[in-house]
Amino acid sequence: MSGWQTLTGSAVALPHSNIDTDQLIPARFMSQPRGAGYGSFLLHDLRGAQEGHLLDQYRPKVLVAGRNFGSGSSREAAVYALVDYGIKAVFAPSFGDIFAGNAVNNGLLAAQIDDGVLAMLIATMADTAGGAYVDLTTGCARIAGHDIGFDLDPVRRQKLINGWDDIDLTAQYSEEIKTFRAARFAAHPWALPTT
Amino acid sequence: MSAALTLMDKLWDAHEVLCREDGTSLLWVDRHLVHEGSHHAFAKLAARNMNVAEPELTFGVVDHYAPTRAGDVAPDIRRMIKTLGDNARDAGIRLFDLHDPEQGIVHVIGPEQGLTLPGLLINCGDSHTSTHGAFGALAFGVGATEVAHILAVQTVWQKRPKKMRITFDGVLGAGVTAKDMALHWIAALGADGAQGFAVEYAGDAVRALSMEGRMTLCNLSIEGGARMGMVAPDDVTFAYLRGRSFGPPDADWNDAIADWRKLHSDVDAVFDREVRIDASTIAPTVTWGTSPEDALPISGHVPHADDAENIQATLEYMGLDAGMALSSIAVDQVFIGSCTNGRIEDLRMAAKVLEGRRAVVPGLVSPGSAKVKKQAEDEGLALVFMQAGLEWAGAGCSMCVGMNGDLVEPGKRCASSTNRNFKGRQGRGARTHLMSPAMVAAAAVTGHLTDVRPLLEGRL
Repeated sequence: MSGWQTLTGSAVALPHSNIDTDQLIPARFMSQPRGAGYGSFLLHDLRGAQEGHLLDQYRPKVLVAGRNFGSGSSREAAVYALVDYGIKAVFAPSFGDIFAGNAVNNGLLAAQIDDGVLAMLIATMADTAGGAYVDLTTGCARIAGHDIGFDLDPVRRQKLINGWDDIDLTAQYSEEIKTFRAARFAAHPWALPTT
Repeated sequence: MSAALTLMDKLWDAHEVLCREDGTSLLWVDRHLVHEGSHHAFAKLAARNMNVAEPELTFGVVDHYAPTRAGDVAPDIRRMIKTLGDNARDAGIRLFDLHDPEQGIVHVIGPEQGLTLPGLLINCGDSHTSTHGAFGALAFGVGATEVAHILAVQTVWQKRPKKMRITFDGVLGAGVTAKDMALHWIAALGADGAQGFAVEYAGDAVRALSMEGRMTLCNLSIEGGARMGMVAPDDVTFAYLRGRSFGPPDADWNDAIADWRKLHSDVDAVFDREVRIDASTIAPTVTWGTSPEDALPISGHVPHADDAENIQATLEYMGLDAGMALSSIAVDQVFIGSCTNGRIEDLRMAAKVLEGRRAVVPGLVSPGSAKVKKQAEDEGLALVFMQAGLEWAGAGCSMCVGMNGDLVEPGKRCASSTNRNFKGRQGRGARTHLMSPAMVAAAAVTGHLTDVRPLLEGRL
């Protein structure tokens, strides 16, 4: 995965809270392999119910949405759908914990903003798109003419910037893991499944 | 004297291989459960030419796509099940395959098989992995990238969550269940109320729950935003686990119990947030909207739009009018099952309501595992369901998530013992009302959402 520091594009606002992962990608699409791309599945039923949905009009890189975005299922496919559609950053007051972890593992920024900032962005953009510039290094963004700060865990910030891969990262600790394993099962034999 | 610790901290410390300077821990994973949806993770591993590091700690389960009714199986469903089978065989992983007598939903068979134990760290690529915390395990759902990482190196990177304790004092009323406790706290705190927290459930009403009830409570932690929920293990836990297939052999049993008895929050342990709820005030609870936080006592009414956002859109999707009595909402069908409420106790409770009565709407009952199915048949529960006119199906995730083709048609309203009332969850355009299995049974016999308590009089 390649890292990134800044992005420039357009933003749209979805003024709904609780946009859960079942909405982001309905379960019936999840048997597909990733190769063909998941972009067409993004918010499939929401977009399908509305001709010329904002997303399809503007193909934004940035999404602004209500609280508890990405709540629900652990399906990483929800992030694949966003990323494959071309979205690089989501700004919302809160995110599902598992979603937020999945996002960073796929180079997607899940940026936390205040309720007040959300209300302002929704009011400004309404049914149209705004310009967006996001800088991970400073933690600042300019969306629809508003300069806003956002909260992001510093570890996740570094990971997005560097495009780190955890499996590679963990390889350097293989001795520690081996030692831990041996000690754990020696001290607690019951922790091994009976076979 | 060492500092007072919470249960969560004790579990965390016992699995921490190391903690980086930035505060991220590398945690050892004792059990890794995979299912059909894990195909992304296996593909990631194959792309790197890596093998599964600890196949004997990894277990595969066919559940999400498991067909539960006779008939043709769609090709993509067959392919999903076959792919898991191929991956499990290639890696040397024990697979609970479709026709295995031990097959079932991963969060039902983990405990049933004794794969779930107090003190273990358990991961699965499924958000309801929080269920296993009912045993005093550190259990949480992970995404595909993390599943691939665990397959490759049997560890997971995590930041230590904040700690919340939800204490349920007092005694639950008759006909009120763990499902109602969960919907009650989620409605009070919000569907993101416990984001960033691990929740420990405590108090007399939690102690009084069976393991099935504790699993229901912990299962729904994620619906309140908490990636993990847990209950300190006690004699109820140990009695449940004794003699389970993959659990400790007799020779290790006493040592295991001795370790497990240490797994509780110390008296002076400090939580980042404490919530207290009087269990006696909890009524049978149902959801009216499209988030689990949209829950109210059955005596309530569909709320009016205030400045609460998009309540109008929610009501339109649900086909409801503001102000209508919840008990006036007619349902088209019912579903009993899922990792939330598909266990034997859930079926017993629903059968108590249904015995000698007829359902006036169609419904599906899918036991959580093949073992639960057999037990329910042996106890005569299956007969009660069938005599009531409900369909008795096979084990799997079934109509909770609809991946196997058990779907609610667009616009249809389903009283459901499941975990998510999200738009489209049970099928495109489906309208879901979450409630306990007893409440689902009550909706089945009356045709509308209804307080189950009068229907249980003399039957408990």
